[in-house]
Amino acid sequence: MSFLELHDVSKIYGEGPSQVHALEHINLEVEAGSLVAVMGPSGSGKSTLLTIAGSLEDPSCGEVIIGGAALSHMSRDDKARLRRRSIGFVFQDFNLLPGLTAAENVSLPLELDGLRASKAHATALQVLDELGLADRGGAFPDELSGGERQRVSIARAIVGERRLLLADEPSGALDSINGEAVMRMVVAACREGVAAVVVTHDAQLASWADRVMFIRDGHIVDQTTKPTGPESLLARARR
Amino acid sequence: MSIKHALLALLSEGPKYGLQLRQEFEAGTGEVWPLNVGQVYTTLQRLERDGLIESDDEADDGPQKGFRITAQGEEELDQWLHTPPDLSQPPRDELVIKVLIALRVPGVDVREVIQSHRRYLVELMQQWTRLKEDEANFDVSFALVVDAELFRLDSVVRWLDAADGRLKRAEFEKSFSGAAGSQPAPGLPKMRRRAGVPR
Repeated sequence: MSFLELHDVSKIYGEGPSQVHALEHINLEVEAGSLVAVMGPSGSGKSTLLTIAGSLEDPSCGEVIIGGAALSHMSRDDKARLRRRSIGFVFQDFNLLPGLTAAENVSLPLELDGLRASKAHATALQVLDELGLADRGGAFPDELSGGERQRVSIARAIVGERRLLLADEPSGALDSINGEAVMRMVVAACREGVAAVVVTHDAQLASWADRVMFIRDGHIVDQTTKPTGPESLLARARR
Repeated sequence: MSIKHALLALLSEGPKYGLQLRQEFEAGTGEVWPLNVGQVYTTLQRLERDGLIESDDEADDGPQKGFRITAQGEEELDQWLHTPPDLSQPPRDELVIKVLIALRVPGVDVREVIQSHRRYLVELMQQWTRLKEDEANFDVSFALVVDAELFRLDSVVRWLDAADGRLKRAEFEKSFSGAAGSQPAPGLPKMRRRAGVPR
């Protein structure tokens, strides 16, 4: 069953002759446990698609449905609650709060949602431990490497009962080995039942996805077919 | 690929039998590059003839015959490892040729041609990336082979993306100059030259 659905979503900025059609008639469904990559160049509309899918921005027309609930029927408070509880965001520039430690950055959304501080902190440390950052919980963002910062931002995105992970170029600033580690975490979250959308221009990053959709000038123009297993690839290489 | 130097590298670890060399070669390349027994023994004979390896004189030709590297063989291996392959000549790349030809064929949407190749390449990359997911069976040699293939395919996708961007820009400039009439906008000829668009 799809956890995220976009039905005929369009987004128009501006008015009159300066009008920009950022997205046009986008249809997208992401099932729980699956990873979809939206691949396109700068200015193709992929980041706009992500902010609309994450309820940070409203579409000009069309409908977004998350976990069976239509966003158009929700109040601003309802959407804020949905984001805190169900949606994790990962951005290229990490967006960690500089005055908080790694553990505090991760526990913040839980505390905002009403969880007791000590319980939220313990949960945060547990997630950091799972991502190999057990000894970095007390470090501030400027004391962490780029790879560590991105892992903390992923910890923050998947902590609690998050069911939708939205990532914008999550490995963009990292070298290929750290980028691969980040994608392994996203895939691991999906194997636990999280639905994920990654937008990127990077084919190596997109290739981790179960399905890749290609976006050009605000339109989804193509998508990959269901990939066959690697066995066929090796069989072909060995012929 | 140089089977000769791969065999010298395996023998630099110590003396080995022919069959063992074949098995270790295949395991070391993630079993992506198969090698038949005939290739192994033909290459070993040439290496011995050239004084790069030695064999057990007393043993008959066959699976139990052992081989070891000579000092000359070690020198040859070291020299080969440090000599860059000749990449100075651009290869006759079929994909590049297809896109260039598509530009000349009336009625063909070049950007659609580019997209169909991009999709195929990304699907191939998805298959290679699946191999990475199984970390338990992902040893360093195999990881290097998979990385090499992913970077190779990625570079082709990047070229397609760049080609797509250039074509889009050329279309824009063409329509812009058309809309502006016969007088080109200031700076446009310079932009054209930079984009490499034929006039």
